[in-house]
Amino acid sequence: MPKSTQLHRRIASLFSGHWVSPVVFLILWEAGSRLGLIPKSTLAAPSAVIGTLVEMLATGELPDNLFVSFLRVAAGLVIGLSIGITLALAAGLSRQGEAAIDPIMQIKRTIPTLALTPLFIVWFGIGETPKVALIAFASIFPVYLNLYSGIRGVDVRLIEGARSFGLSKTEVIWHVILPGALPSLLVGLRYSLSVSILVLVVAEQINASAGLGYLVNNARDFMRTDIIVVCLLVYAALGLGADGLVRLIERRALAWRPNLAEA
Amino acid sequence: MLAETNFTAAFPVVEPVVRLRDFSRSFGANTVIDGLNLSIAPGEFVALLGRSGGGKTTLLRTLAGLDSVQGQDVLIPSSRAVVFQDARLLPWKKVWRNVALGLKGPGVRERAEAALNEVGLGHRIDAWPLTLSGGEAQRVALARALVREPKLLLLDEPFAALDALTRIKMHALVLELWRVHRPAILMVTHDVDEAVALADRILVLDAGRIVAEEHITVQRGERGDVGRVLRQRLLGHLGCEVTSEHFLSAVDVGASIVPFPQGASA
Ligand SMILES: Nc1ncnc2c1ncn2[C@@H]1O[C@H](COP(=O)(O)OP(=O)(O)OP(=O)(O)O)[C@@H](O)[C@H]1O
Ligand SMILES: [Mg+2]
Repeated sequence: MPKSTQLHRRIASLFSGHWVSPVVFLILWEAGSRLGLIPKSTLAAPSAVIGTLVEMLATGELPDNLFVSFLRVAAGLVIGLSIGITLALAAGLSRQGEAAIDPIMQIKRTIPTLALTPLFIVWFGIGETPKVALIAFASIFPVYLNLYSGIRGVDVRLIEGARSFGLSKTEVIWHVILPGALPSLLVGLRYSLSVSILVLVVAEQINASAGLGYLVNNARDFMRTDIIVVCLLVYAALGLGADGLVRLIERRALAWRPNLAEA
Repeated sequence: MLAETNFTAAFPVVEPVVRLRDFSRSFGANTVIDGLNLSIAPGEFVALLGRSGGGKTTLLRTLAGLDSVQGQDVLIPSSRAVVFQDARLLPWKKVWRNVALGLKGPGVRERAEAALNEVGLGHRIDAWPLTLSGGEAQRVALARALVREPKLLLLDEPFAALDALTRIKMHALVLELWRVHRPAILMVTHDVDEAVALADRILVLDAGRIVAEEHITVQRGERGDVGRVLRQRLLGHLGCEVTSEHFLSAVDVGASIVPFPQGASA
């Protein structure tokens, strides 16, 4: 291929890249703010947001509150995932378990978790407990549903193949069913993580005195749109981080998949 | 005539590895196997032919111990292994771990490696199954079956999904492995030529019963002439009328390992 066309193509691909439109958007936003088209009380300029971010990092205000929120999510997830995985294993691996557990889980699915907020406040007050409980409750279902259907969806021919070599029931579960359901578990995990962050946002509206939600509430009262945008960025980063984490686990645990195996 | 029916003298009275007496199996009202008698001697190579839906897989599953026999008179050896049409390797286990599946004790990897070397796949020992070709996967499945030194090897159309050339190579491989390890083999196949080329005895299953039985005493590799006649007879049992031109076009394949009355000479 001639060099000039190669260069031409490279330049063309540079400008058709996915990063172009966000950057244009940011430039327009910044220009709008500087020209006074977008008042500061409506939306702070990107440069102001970055300034505030740096400042909040320096004073420790952001890390401290982020840590509080992170603990809430972590506690909620540990509880929710444990329950979800346990229930899915019980329902997926035994008929009695399925009869006992699955109908209740299907009913639970029809109730939007956030609609339970008032009830949780009545039950658990306005401290840490209802926040963690809401996150836990919400993260049960995605991981339950995916793992349960993953277990049930394991290729019966593989199970039979293993049985034909005299593997016991436990060995079949260990060597065939659980690894076969792992991809589904990871899908469920990804959904549970993003749901937990969603619920965190709402749960922290409950009389919080620390955490990201507290920052947002305060900023709202003082019309500090820059702080609000910083917190939105942090939420987005949390979501991306959670996704990246699951991807990392997937790359390790699902190395046998051909598209990954080649790489 | 070297191929005879009802030929029993070649199998002196030894304890069979497989014995079914008056065995029946039905699904609801559908009786798939109906009062079937079968015995297989140690080291015997039996091919099972029959129409689609005739109950071959059902019979094989019973011999594999995958279905309960509900107190019927069924004798199967405890050491047995199955190779299915699809290799059924566990995609999340490397090739050697698939071969070693369920094996216990020391030196499991070495045993798996030895078996893989036997099927010519020693170099893929650490590969992921999904990166294997169809023929390679099937060879791994053979290694996985043979590493357990089974008394009974069950093959359910193991080569049906392979191309003709690979199939011929697999026939040679199976014969060699059979000569070395001497398991009794029951091989289900749709391919009459395959059955004629490989087996000591050919059974035709229809409507849940064995409707024909052919013993072959001619050496493998020298079955060209006998095979042609046998083939016609078997196709007759299978309810398939064959015109004589079908046969006249066939040429002896002589020294080839697998005499294909039709395809291989072309
Ligand atoms: N689990 C099952 N439940 C109900 N019917 C079944 C079941 N398994 C097999 N059958 C029926 O039993 C009959 C025989 O099936 P089988 O799989 O043994 O045939 P086959 O001889 O192996 O056919 P093919 O050559 O196409 O593989 C078929 O009519 C099939 O529908
Ligand atoms: Mg079948």
